[in-house]
Formats: sequence, structure tokens, C-alpha cells
Amino acid sequence: MLLGLVRPTGGEATVLGAPAGDVTVRRRIGFLPEDFRFYDWLTASELLRFHGRLCGMSEGKLQQRIPDVLELVGISVHADRRLRGFSKGMLQRLGLGQALIHEPDIIFLDEPTSGLDPMGRRMVRDVIRAQRDRGATVFLNSHLLSEIEVTCDRVAFIKDGELVAEQELKTFSPDGFRVTVHAANVSPEALAGLSRWTSTLSAAAGALSFGVTSKDVLPDILRYLVNSGADVFRFTPEPLSLEDLFVKLVGEDCGL
Amino acid sequence: MRGIWVMAGITLREAARRKILWTALLAATLLLAVFAIALRLQVLEFQGRPMSPFVRYQVESGMLMVGLYTCDLLAVVMTILTSIDTLAGEISSGTIHAIATKPIARWQIFAGKFLGFTGMITAFVAITFAGTIGVAYAATGVLPEHPLHGFVLITLECILVLALTFLLGTWFSTLTNGVLALGIQGVAFMGGWLEQVSGFSQSGHIVTLGVISSLILPSESLWRRAAYVMQTPMAGSLSFSPFANVSIPSVTAVAYAVVYLACMLGVAIYHFDRRDL
Repeated sequence: MLLGLVRPTGGEATVLGAPAGDVTVRRRIGFLPEDFRFYDWLTASELLRFHGRLCGMSEGKLQQRIPDVLELVGISVHADRRLRGFSKGMLQRLGLGQALIHEPDIIFLDEPTSGLDPMGRRMVRDVIRAQRDRGATVFLNSHLLSEIEVTCDRVAFIKDGELVAEQELKTFSPDGFRVTVHAANVSPEALAGLSRWTSTLSAAAGALSFGVTSKDVLPDILRYLVNSGADVFRFTPEPLSLEDLFVKLVGEDCGL
Repeated sequence: MRGIWVMAGITLREAARRKILWTALLAATLLLAVFAIALRLQVLEFQGRPMSPFVRYQVESGMLMVGLYTCDLLAVVMTILTSIDTLAGEISSGTIHAIATKPIARWQIFAGKFLGFTGMITAFVAITFAGTIGVAYAATGVLPEHPLHGFVLITLECILVLALTFLLGTWFSTLTNGVLALGIQGVAFMGGWLEQVSGFSQSGHIVTLGVISSLILPSESLWRRAAYVMQTPMAGSLSFSPFANVSIPSVTAVAYAVVYLACMLGVAIYHFDRRDL
């Protein structure tokens, strides 16, 4: 909708001061679609030239920019190869390249790391950071929360089209822990007694899992379990991740 | 306006790179080869046989029209087959997403693609049309009347069919687009024949049905007008065929086709501009 692909049914939005979908302002926007397809009869260089020309770039500027972009996304050696022979990962890199060819101020990347190997994912992270450092704003849309956690400055959660939460990741220190306990001889009474510290207890096959809001209660819980007669083999508290926060905000099965 | 030329250029390049134009020309070459052999056999058949120059001209002129009619049919079918996927396919595959989000208006994407296909189809018609006339002239010495006028009408017919596939492509998938375009062209084709038949049978009902069919898509009317202008009145009046001068579409019919073309393009651009991609 912000790029003009889908018409809004109501309301209004602006991008870089212009109404969402405005043609002129798209000169300053880059976009990598999630389910992208390109003309597979073009070579990598030709595809970048085509998209650059659509963005109004001159031939002289393209001559300079295309090798730089191919280098940036790591497919320089395939510059003159037709896309028909490209793997999913190579196409993903090229897709990222076409989104950056005109050095946009805002870049929308929809699942940019899907189909990429670990080196490719690292490359995407590096590219995003480089764009941020030159002053561009990057919108990274992804279900891979671990990627977001290590890449983004801010995160917003959307459920059913509604913004449910925003979070600065630089200052993200979730006030809670997820505890996993491997123990034997835990009585039903002991399990019931844990409710004074947690309301998210699950127990299966000799392992307990529950969340707590403060690390201060961890010694009390361990002491309580031992005193209740349980044989504790392992007691592992871990800070809540972005994924835990996501589950907490949108629910276990949000159907997204 | 730059975006239009970029899109037209990539469309032409696609036609060349994916061998669409070359394959179509190969088919046309095969057609011309069969046509040349048929003409040669006809000429050999006539040799040594007592025959008036008038009858001989009628037969050879008729052969030329057969060649041009086949060339016309091939051009219309090629137009449909090559263009049904360009909008519909790119919308359904998502190829359009990376293009329509660039600083280019949707009507420019549409216009650029349409221009590119128009260029390709005009080139195809010009080559096959000139080839057919050249082969006929080399074998028999017969030339059509007003060939340029005929060429313009046949090209306009193909552009009209092209506008139809573009219009349908903004609504339907590739397959549905192709089925509908061929079906509507079939109705127009039948309309042309009904008008020819009604010229002999004098049936008012058949005339009405033929006219309605031609109004639904006036492509076949353009061919019949082209056949009329490319033959001498005598040659055109002596046969019952798709190029007989029995029911001749008027200049108004041609004007209707041009207005129809403009309306189809207008509706297609309006819908493409407003639909979700």
C-alpha cells in the first residue's frame, strides 16, 4: 500500500512527505518483494540496467553503479550470466541489488534472507547496516525474529493488520526469564506450588518449563523444588528473546 | 515519458531474446514456402494450356488473396498467442511488483508494453505481407491493388486484437485471456462469413447477426475491407470466399474499429491503473 501496489480502502498515509503510492517519490524508495520474479532471459547486469533506467538513472551513472552493486551483493562473477541459470539465493542477492541500484532513502525488504545460506544472510545484514550508515531507512519485514534481533534498531509487531507493539531493540532488555528444569520425583503438590511464581507452567517427560518476571526469584524456586523432594538435574534460566516477546504479544497460534 | 520507451524497449528485447519473433517468422517462412510451391505448380499447370489472360489473371489474383488471407490469419493468431501472457502472466507471477514500484506510472507500463508489441506485430505483418506479395509477383507477375492501404488495415486489425488481449489481461489469467480472446475473435470471424453469406441469401436476419458479430469485435471487418481495396472490382466480385466483394465494410466500419480500439485501450488503462497488484 505504501508503494502503490494495493489501493487503500480508507484513511491516508504519507511516505517521505508525499501520499503513499506517489509516483515521483518512488524515485527515493527501493523495494525487494518477498515473492519476486524477474525476467529470466536477462543477464544480471541487464536487469540492474533495466531497473536503473526505470528509476531515471542516466547511462553514465549506471555504468558506474552496476559493477558496484553487483560487488555489494556478491555476484560480480555472474554479471553476464542469464538469470535462468541462477539459484534462489543468487536471485535473492540480485533482487536486493535492484532495490539498491538508485541509492534510495527508504528501502522496503520483504523477507530478504529467505533462500539464503548463512554467508548470504550475513551479507544481507552487512548491506542493511551499510545502508543505515549512509543515512537510509530500511524496513525489514520478516518472520525470522532472530534476524531482526541482530539487524534492526526498532521492531514493530503487526497482528491482523493492526500495530500491536513497538520496541527499541538497542534498549531491549526483556524483564523476564524462561526457565527449563530437568527433574525427577516432582509431586503434583510441588507443581501446584510453583503457581506462586509463574502462571505459564508446562511439564512433559521429566522437564518443566515456565516463565518468571524477575531473576531474583530463581534461587527461591530452586530451593522450593529441592525442599519438596524433587531430584533436580538441571536448572536453566534464559533471558526472554524477541520471539518470546512476539508470542507474548500476538499469542501462541496467531495464524500469521 | 522515458518509462514508456524503457518498457517498449524491454518488450521488443524480450521478443527477440526469447525467440518469439524469430519463431513466428519461421512459421511465416514455412507458409511462404508452401505458397511459393503452390504458385509454381499453378504456373506449370497453366503453361501450354489455351487460356484467356483474363481467366488467368483471375486465378492468379485469387491465389495471391489466398496467400494474403493466410498471412492475415497467421498474424492475428500470433498476436493473440504472443501477447496474452505479457500483463496477465506478470501480474500472477509477481514480476510486476518490482516494476510497478519504480517511479513509473502504471499507464506508462501499459503503454510501453503495448507500443513494444505494436512494433513487433507491425514488423511481422510487414515482413509476411511483403514476402507474400514478393513471392506472388516473382511467380506470376500479379500485384495487389493498393497494397499499402491493405497493409495498414491488416496491421490495424492485429493492433485491435492486441488491445483486446491487453484489456482482458488486466482482468484475467493468461489461460482465460487466451480462451476469451480466441473466442471473441472466433465470433468476429463468423460475423464476417455471415455477412458474406447474407450477400447471397439476402436474409435480413443473417445480416443482422453478422453485423452484431462484427460490432462485438470489428477485426474481421478490417480484413474484408483490406481484401476489397487490394483487388480489382471484377476479381473481388467473382467468388464466394473471405475476400469476395459481397458485403464490403464501409469507411464508417473502419472508423468504428479505430474508436473501438481507443475505447478498449482507455478501459484497459483505467482498470490496470486502479486494480491491486
